[in-house]
Amino acid sequence: MSTSDLAATVHPIDPQAGLLRELAELITGALNLELPAGEIDPDARLYGEGLGLDSIDILEIALVVSKHYGVQLRADDAEHAQIFRSLRHLAEYVAAHRAK
Amino acid sequence: MVGFAAALLSGRVSLLPPTHTPEVVRRLAAFAPDVFCLSDAAGGDIDLPQLRYPQCAGDAPALWPVPRIECERTVAFVFTSGSSGVPVPHRKTWGRLVQCIRAGAVRLGLEGRPHALLATVPPQHMYGFESSVLLPMLSGGALCAERPFYPADICAQLASLPAPRALLCTPIHLRVLLESQADLPRSDLLLSATAPLAQALALEAERRFHGPLMEIYGSTETGQLAIRRTARESAWRLWPAVELSRAGGRTWARGGHLEQPTPLGDELEILADGRFHLHGRLADQVNIAGKRSSLAYLTQQLTGIEGVLDGAFFFPGPARADELGVTRVAAAAVAPSLDAAHILKALRERIDPVFLPRPLLLIERLPRNSTGKLPAQALRALLADPLRRPA
Repeated sequence: MSTSDLAATVHPIDPQAGLLRELAELITGALNLELPAGEIDPDARLYGEGLGLDSIDILEIALVVSKHYGVQLRADDAEHAQIFRSLRHLAEYVAAHRAK
Repeated sequence: MVGFAAALLSGRVSLLPPTHTPEVVRRLAAFAPDVFCLSDAAGGDIDLPQLRYPQCAGDAPALWPVPRIECERTVAFVFTSGSSGVPVPHRKTWGRLVQCIRAGAVRLGLEGRPHALLATVPPQHMYGFESSVLLPMLSGGALCAERPFYPADICAQLASLPAPRALLCTPIHLRVLLESQADLPRSDLLLSATAPLAQALALEAERRFHGPLMEIYGSTETGQLAIRRTARESAWRLWPAVELSRAGGRTWARGGHLEQPTPLGDELEILADGRFHLHGRLADQVNIAGKRSSLAYLTQQLTGIEGVLDGAFFFPGPARADELGVTRVAAAAVAPSLDAAHILKALRERIDPVFLPRPLLLIERLPRNSTGKLPAQALRALLADPLRRPA
């Protein structure tokens, strides 16, 4: 990865940055993760490898997302397979569908 | 259900493993060398011969005669993860299963009133096998082929079923459903098992789903044994012919569908009228989301990882009978040459993800006392120790 690529991924005016941080905090809070919210790699896989979450965790995340943003996750949604690929994918989905 | 029925009719035995970790799959193949995996999705990473359904389904006649199945026939082995690491098979014969489920159908009020059932739990563990496969099959009901996951999916699917309809779930699903913003449809019956449900949650569930919530108590060894309407009663009512007794410091169940007296893995208080109170698991037992293990087994898996010099799994807090949500297990490991990611990856190959430690603490030495034992209290104190290596 070149320096300019790296700069692009952590660009300070990333429009999702606030939402990413907020989601990371909601997730670490809901799941009692040891990890400080700031240390979740926004591009790491949430399931299995990476953050190592399981299906119970995914249900908990679906719950905080519905409470906080009014977004109901649906498995039959065409975008569903992408949502939990990473925190960034989740943030993009929430940003596109949030009701509050 | 289709797979189980096909196995029944073709004289095969269904194997129901608790997980599909590579290690468990290897053990299954050793247990039954002719085992194959019936699947309705692309093969995945299960290293067994695969038979895809419905690719193998031929034309079916419009009407099948009801088959007669010998009572003594072994129709399934349900596995628990044993303390030595080898999955333990529990043999199930058709007659005993039918006897148990029919007794349950009477207690649930399903006799003569078949329901359409929606299940949120997989059919491979005992509760799912009994309640989502056998119960509809033996009480004239129907099982919805979909197994929805998210609250919104569960509600939409439930609303689409004809009445009377029942929802089969767990305390986790119930809590998530009640807390979510989803519109809850009427459910004429709610079933929950795998962990005790708090009465407040049961009351709320009955109010919002407009139906009674019945909690089922059982185990893989014994099958389903008792029931309670948690919103109205705290004691459990046994299946009609089942009895409890105390011997050797444990509670044993006998009679009814039980082939022999069987010890239970929980602390029970037997009441004078035969009902009982449940006081939680025995010390070493771990039960998360219907999956069972023991601290001893999990610890053995941890210390079996190359580079882990010492280690232990423990409960992060004291056990409580009426917990909302999930109690995870924690672990501490002495492994100077490894990082947490490496240990978690190795554990993921050996144990079900629900048992992965949360948190995993990397420490310099375990707080063993002078006899080499690890007091639970000392392990818990590690969680509050700011000097440990961050995982």
